[in-house]
Amino acid sequence: MTQDSSVATLSADATADVPTPVKARSERWSNMLLRDPMAAIAAAILLVVALVAVFGPLLIGESATRGNLALTRLAPFGTAHGWEYFLGSDLLGRSVLGRLILATRTTMSVAVPVVLLSLAIGSIVGMWAGYHRGWRETSAMRLADVILSFPSLLLAVVVLYIYSPNVANIVLILTIARIPIYLRTARAESAELRSRLFVDAARTFGASSGAIIRRHIFPVVLPTLLTVAALDFCYVMLAESSLSFLGIGVQPPDVSWGLMVAQGKSYLRTEWWLSIFPGLAIVITTVSANILAAWVRIATDPGQRWRLTTSRKRRSLRRTVMEAQ
Amino acid sequence: MLTFLRQRVLSSAVPLVVVVLGVFLMARLTGNPASLYLPENATQQMRDEFSRAHGFDKPLLAQMVDYFSGVIRLDFGQSLRTGESASTMALRAYPATLQLATVTMVLAVLLAIVIGSWAALNPNGVADRVSSFMSMTAASVPDFWLAIVGIWIFALTLGMLPTSGVDAGALSWVLPILTLLIRPLGVLTQVVRGAMISALSAPYVKLARSKGADEYRVISRHALRNASPPALTVAGDLAVGLVNGAVVVETIFGWPGIGKLMIDSILERDFAVLQAAVLLTAVTIFALNILIDIGYALLDARVRRKVTA
Repeated sequence: MTQDSSVATLSADATADVPTPVKARSERWSNMLLRDPMAAIAAAILLVVALVAVFGPLLIGESATRGNLALTRLAPFGTAHGWEYFLGSDLLGRSVLGRLILATRTTMSVAVPVVLLSLAIGSIVGMWAGYHRGWRETSAMRLADVILSFPSLLLAVVVLYIYSPNVANIVLILTIARIPIYLRTARAESAELRSRLFVDAARTFGASSGAIIRRHIFPVVLPTLLTVAALDFCYVMLAESSLSFLGIGVQPPDVSWGLMVAQGKSYLRTEWWLSIFPGLAIVITTVSANILAAWVRIATDPGQRWRLTTSRKRRSLRRTVMEAQ
Repeated sequence: MLTFLRQRVLSSAVPLVVVVLGVFLMARLTGNPASLYLPENATQQMRDEFSRAHGFDKPLLAQMVDYFSGVIRLDFGQSLRTGESASTMALRAYPATLQLATVTMVLAVLLAIVIGSWAALNPNGVADRVSSFMSMTAASVPDFWLAIVGIWIFALTLGMLPTSGVDAGALSWVLPILTLLIRPLGVLTQVVRGAMISALSAPYVKLARSKGADEYRVISRHALRNASPPALTVAGDLAVGLVNGAVVVETIFGWPGIGKLMIDSILERDFAVLQAAVLLTAVTIFALNILIDIGYALLDARVRRKVTA
């Protein structure tokens, strides 16, 4: 329906400026997102998390870093001491909400670079290996097998013992551990694409292998890779918080969600909010990313997109028709 | 069969050798390995003596030979904390982890078969909802936080279960296993469900039904049997991944296993013990990978024929 109207506007002012189709397309995406309430809420939550990670630390001031000994062990959901202490305070009188906001930035500053780096390296090597086949493919896949056949934590434990656990080293370790995921996906897709007609045509025209991978293979593989990346974002967040929880990840005075859970662990009997709220923050973010990843998978699959563009009533109608057949 | 086995052993041994070599190289890349073994406040004289005693002043190649012969003899040196042999400590902690992991995997497989098949038989039914909720939980809830919520509710608030340790008998197993179970169960249920859905629509199931086999037989002998190879592959990967969970769970619940040993030796900078624990885990994973390959060959007639041929 939306598609029809955008086509109509397009043909109506065909002489208009070029960006119109792009705009129409982005409108369709946002409409599709709004029609699925769960995915829209998930996207909104992730947007809030991103905004908090970027701008949050500017808002909270010193209540998160400098303890106020007059305000220690405040229970959550009290408004007597201002919004900073809405989620309670810890044993040094630092506000839990403020520390959560600071931790958002740390957690994101690990998860985002890891996902982007492993996505970039893994997909480039994977497409290259899948396109060329032969020894390039074999060696890349063997390397991925070696990395994948051992639990990432085992690698992290040794490396973070020998080199000090700081954000850069955690990013490095997790990137190495996650590259094989993208490498395998990109390799499989590009090995399949290289025998397609449009790749053959490009090769016949004399395009270089680099240009073919960049212009013909990459755009086709990208949606799959993005879906994998969205799911992997959850994995990386959980891995970072596990490492921080175990004491070999983010180190104090920096703070991450996993580290906050670990620090509050000993006070569970009396100050339960110190551990429970940071964990909830992790769960809410990962659940949102999971829901959005499922939505992206459907939205980028032409065979399933009708689920999002048709209304609920027509969808059930269609289901009955399909079941009757 | 033997050729197949040899081939699998060789290809699974590559990662093992890479890990053993990697630990050695990483330990040497930091400069003087003595600084890894000795406490941070050790004097220069102590460091020199330690280097001489353990051959760290020899050429790199000679050190590598020493290291590998030590690995083969299970000699990783002595613990700084207790003075005990590092491999003895690792081997002593080993059974506790193995028990925990085995019970978890057996429970996960059994429950996944029941819930997954049930969900496949009744799409959109209760079991289907339960299975998709579990897989969502497995993918998005951190295990350490789940463990802490479990302690908070069942141990501290209700007082039904112990907070940590192994002294309370069967009760002390409940929370560690439940925590460890979440991830494999969620993933495995989805795999069983998917494999069962495709197996149930296969022609041989239609044939079995049309010749009058009862539903139990159709599911257990025909559908489930053919759905098991993909489930086994995933179960193997999950068992390998259980190491990650075991480290976390053992640390939280004070379980005297190899994961807790690793974290303790990291926090107290006891490199010899860490090395022994990591390499013992690596060998276990190596053995596990081979077992999975054999199991796969036994279950799937197509693979079996290729193996015996």
